[in-house]
Amino acid sequence: MSDLLDELGESTPDAPTPIKMRVRETVILRIVGKAVIPFILLFALYVQFHGDYGPGGGFQAGVIFAAGLILHALIYGLDSLREKLPMVVVEIGIATGALLYGGVGLVSMLMGGEFLHYGVLDGHDPAHGQHLGILLVELGVGITVTFVMVAIFYAFAGRSRQ
Amino acid sequence: MGEQAMGPAIEASLFLLMITLAIVIARLRSLFAAAMLFGIFSLLAAGMQTLMDAVDVAFTEAAVGAGISTVLFLGALGLTTSTETRPLQHRVSALVVVTATGLLLAYGTLDMPAYGDPDAPIHTHVAPHYLRDSTAEIGIPNVVTSVLASYRGYDTFGETTVVLTAAVGAILLLGGIMTRESEAAIGDDALVQDGAATDAGVPTDPTEEGAASDEPVAERDDASPDENEVTA
Repeated sequence: MSDLLDELGESTPDAPTPIKMRVRETVILRIVGKAVIPFILLFALYVQFHGDYGPGGGFQAGVIFAAGLILHALIYGLDSLREKLPMVVVEIGIATGALLYGGVGLVSMLMGGEFLHYGVLDGHDPAHGQHLGILLVELGVGITVTFVMVAIFYAFAGRSRQ
Repeated sequence: MGEQAMGPAIEASLFLLMITLAIVIARLRSLFAAAMLFGIFSLLAAGMQTLMDAVDVAFTEAAVGAGISTVLFLGALGLTTSTETRPLQHRVSALVVVTATGLLLAYGTLDMPAYGDPDAPIHTHVAPHYLRDSTAEIGIPNVVTSVLASYRGYDTFGETTVVLTAAVGAILLLGGIMTRESEAAIGDDALVQDGAATDAGVPTDPTEEGAASDEPVAERDDASPDENEVTA
């Protein structure tokens, strides 16, 4: 991974002493990244919770959130992200989302409906229960997709050429 | 030029660009450039899907195709070489199979209903019910979300499990125990202490070559083009 990043910033080919500009050491990227990444993550949350009203939903939100995290790793180094988001957390996150999805299905069964029949989640208004179910289920999808993308990125980027 | 004429013109030019890109990608030997062009191809596809009013799909295409998968391609290239090894011979049989499949697929589209035809089977089955009643039944305005998460919630659960399985596979094959061991082994010498230049487990020696055996078409060990590209 770092080889390719180095190639991106490589200096002129005929320079007597090739100066390697590492991507992570360029000031502009670091500053712009610092300014932009929070907004990418915020936008992902918007896509997540506004999916009922506009385009988007759990999958798109998860991918965008993961893209923000991966951008952080590309600019500040893989270790920086690994420090903040250890593999253990990622592994737990992958399972949490899917379990949340399945859990909503089980709860709706316990409350007298079929598996994933969200209408029963609210005793008074089935439409309200549907809305709640969709919100939780989409959150599950978002969590799983985010951590899955990060896990795949870790798997690729954390491996050395051997 | 009216709006009726503009739409097809934009669609046609997007299509033309995509076909051109596909040909360029197929002919490129530099996998690094090909990965970048794949990203642009996905972005064009997302534009196409936006024109066809499939914004949710376009959203996913832009985020996954142009974003994440490009990064994963780069990660994969970091593990192998960034130049495709020249195949020993051009396979005529492969060309025949690809052309025949393409023609068959094109033939299959001939008796499909026209795009946007209201009498098409897909628009006469359950779609009218979703469009008419989903707001009352589900209570949210985005019909796509209603269908994905509620009417077809079972399928989406399956898809989430597929995504989960993909990560499990990637962790088992590429990451997991191996990474942790190599991390500990490399941790002592390779990690730079100042924090800015740390990068776990990736030696930055560009001439290191060990992946030629992974390429099915490569018979000879063609390491020199990659070295030239990196150092020159």
